[in-house]
Amino acid sequence: MASVGKIARRTFLIGSAAILGGVAFGAYAVYRPAPNPLKPAPGEAVFNPFVMISRDRITLIAPRAEMGQGVRTTWAALIAEELDVDLDEVTVLHGPAAAAYYNSALIGESLPDRGYDRSGFGDLLGDILSPLGKTLGLQVTGGSTSMRDGFERMRAAGASARETLKQAAAVKYGVKREQLETARGRVILPDGTELPYTELAEIAATVQPIDALVRDRSEWRLLGRSMPRIDMVEKVTGAARYGIDVRLEGMKFAAVRINPRLGGGMRGFDASAAEAMEGVEKVVDLGNGVAVVATNTWLAMQALDAMRIDWEEAPYPPDTEAIFARIEAAFDEAPNSTLRDDGDAGALPEGAEVLEAEYRLPYLAHATMEPMNATARFTPGKLEIWAGTQAPTFLAMKAGEAVGLDADDVVVNTTYLGGGFGRRVEFDFGVLAARVARAMPGVPVQVTWSREEDMTHDMYRPGAIARMRGAVKDGRAVALDGQVAAQSPTRGIVQRVLGLSAFGPDKAHVEGLFNQPYAIPAFRVRGHLADPGVPVGFWRSVASSFNGFFMESFIDEMAHAAGRDPLEFRLEMARAEWEPAARVLEAVAEMSGWSGRTPAGVGRGVAMTYSFGTPVAEVIEVVQAPGGIRIDRAWIAVDPGVALDPGNIRAQMVSGMVYGLSAACFGEITFADGAVEQRNFPDYDALRMHNMPRVDVRILENQPDLGGVGEPGTPPAAPALANALFDLTGKRARSLPLIHDFDLLS
Amino acid sequence: MVRALIVNGKAYEVDLPDDMPLLWVLRDGIGLTGTKYGCGVAACGACTVHVNGRAVRSCQLPLGEVAGEVTTIEGLGAAGTLSAIQQAWVDNQVAQCGYCQSGQIMQAAALLAENPDPDDAEIDAAMQGNLCRCGTYPRIRAAIHDAARRMKEG
Repeated sequence: MASVGKIARRTFLIGSAAILGGVAFGAYAVYRPAPNPLKPAPGEAVFNPFVMISRDRITLIAPRAEMGQGVRTTWAALIAEELDVDLDEVTVLHGPAAAAYYNSALIGESLPDRGYDRSGFGDLLGDILSPLGKTLGLQVTGGSTSMRDGFERMRAAGASARETLKQAAAVKYGVKREQLETARGRVILPDGTELPYTELAEIAATVQPIDALVRDRSEWRLLGRSMPRIDMVEKVTGAARYGIDVRLEGMKFAAVRINPRLGGGMRGFDASAAEAMEGVEKVVDLGNGVAVVATNTWLAMQALDAMRIDWEEAPYPPDTEAIFARIEAAFDEAPNSTLRDDGDAGALPEGAEVLEAEYRLPYLAHATMEPMNATARFTPGKLEIWAGTQAPTFLAMKAGEAVGLDADDVVVNTTYLGGGFGRRVEFDFGVLAARVARAMPGVPVQVTWSREEDMTHDMYRPGAIARMRGAVKDGRAVALDGQVAAQSPTRGIVQRVLGLSAFGPDKAHVEGLFNQPYAIPAFRVRGHLADPGVPVGFWRSVASSFNGFFMESFIDEMAHAAGRDPLEFRLEMARAEWEPAARVLEAVAEMSGWSGRTPAGVGRGVAMTYSFGTPVAEVIEVVQAPGGIRIDRAWIAVDPGVALDPGNIRAQMVSGMVYGLSAACFGEITFADGAVEQRNFPDYDALRMHNMPRVDVRILENQPDLGGVGEPGTPPAAPALANALFDLTGKRARSLPLIHDFDLLS
Repeated sequence: MVRALIVNGKAYEVDLPDDMPLLWVLRDGIGLTGTKYGCGVAACGACTVHVNGRAVRSCQLPLGEVAGEVTTIEGLGAAGTLSAIQQAWVDNQVAQCGYCQSGQIMQAAALLAENPDPDDAEIDAAMQGNLCRCGTYPRIRAAIHDAARRMKEG
């Protein structure tokens, strides 16, 4: 793990598109198993990196960030299904940061194909590339990949542990393994005697692990049902421990203030007032900011307020207008990608009506409920970190680097995450804690960012501009030519993690546009990379968050220009391209009783986006109410292929939609004098109880592949709402947030 | 100065500044971390606790002004002894990331204490100060109705 950065630099880059630049690994380096990080105690059996059984407990490892999406429960259910245990009989832990916990689906997700039409070759390429996730130590929760990653592997891990336990019983009782059954954490002998797994652990530890095939879906007991979440009781009693709740013996509390001009340095500071405050223990000069270590967090924040700091300028244009001028200038450069080029988008059939529109979307913050924080203890030669992280191996590498240690000398303890949404794929909060802890060797220090610090020091969803050109004829779309200009979140993170400049066509810059399952005779999508220098990152659904809006708003404009019902118009194009996309549209039409007509004072809009392997269609209904326009109803249809936990999938759909609607209504990050202007929730609000619509969700299973669910609910939300507002008011939203142009209930 | 503070029925002696918000007294002073820091400006409700049964934003209440007994999420019920409202939260599988839920539950508990059978508009009015970035609102609403039924049935 220590040499991940070096290996990557020497051999290949994961860039926008899993670019392979002369892979120098031998097959052995790529295919040898990563070492099992679980070390058995005496009498304990470790079957694989995911199942461990001792005399008194069965432990399953779910090494993915639990940030609300329910992964801990469904991941454990994958193992438990085959292991023949119930979830209330096991302990589920996140486990350590380790290459063995690599994400095998992440690289497949980054292949520059459309996804829905993936050929056998595309699948094969994904399979061939997946071990690279291991070589890179990509223990990442992101890209809506957890189930695609774990579906086969975790069931196989459970099945193997089960058969190994049966073998242990067979050895002990002199029977054949084939004569044994398993249920509820027990091996059942032919005479009906039940042997708890825990009693077989000691012998099982001496048995060679046995591989086994996974069961057919018809035999599932847990999967396919809505399981009670294993984190629920902890979360309603205040017992769940997030990063910010870590409490260690002798721990000190720190707050930080980093240059609000992101990436700028610091000329100097006057800490005399802060240092004079009782309870302030240390002021740490971080070069680009200051940390105060104190006896409590509030005091540390007060001390920072009492400090005068002289900041350097930002390394990017100082205000929003100048930043967007730089984004716009990218249209004048050659495109980075043309990942779709069906037909001839330059030539139009005679008599076609041409439409053109430009859309602009703002930068956005993640605004997780739990502000960024981490706790660290530095002792010479060793660093231990406690944090809610989506990427523990990155964190180990980067925090180690920051204090002069190898990643192998860094222990990362992953807590619950009070929201992630892509923000906690980053490692800045952990690196900061490590640097502050280094100034106080041996003392554990918790570094908590104020909400203001969090909101003004994000890796933002990029601001983006689209220039769309389309043509309709005889009620149909005959051409669509889309160009998008925006910063690349992938390049941002590749640069931050590996210190490399990625190259090649950047899929995660044009997804949501080039890979939409619509048949249009001439369909071209070009991506223009802009680089004004604002720090950007992965924000729930990444580029689909802006491209989904561009695509589905413009398709709506085309439908109206063609004189067609917007849902019918989409359905026709989806049917001709990919049936599962058509089926989600049909489902929302039926659920909402879509007729194409709405009474006065009511507007309806539809949108469909395919992202992260899953098509989602949403219909939103808005109502003109006395206090403003209210989002009254929403209908969502989703096809994740296999509904592993329907209750959780419904929750993810609603959650993804609310995240998208919140941003669409209120979300906007702007810059003045080099600093972000929004500082707290009053400046960056979200939907709340009173303006939340009633929602119905329907889950379909028509597509052959397993798709993600954490993100795909987000992209269609904003365009469905904007299309509904057009239906209600006749005004087309070509920029967000909507609160600027519409009288929304807020 | 040293002050006596009663939290969840237990007496604490705290030697912390009068102007220190109750939120930080609870979290960093006496180690009750179930009450969350979200915004520090009473805009999100994550820090909601009860003082003499009334819901307050603990990030805005200085220690010197705490007049009465404090109840936090830990005082409402624990695993095995869940209160009716916490049980309703479990039955409706409300929490996702869960970070805002302590505040949501404390706010809802105060609402139900005052109004045992709130309608949707009353829930809107009482709960709109509590932000949830996961969007669990529909299940929060269902859990409040459910808890109201449960409490009525005793």
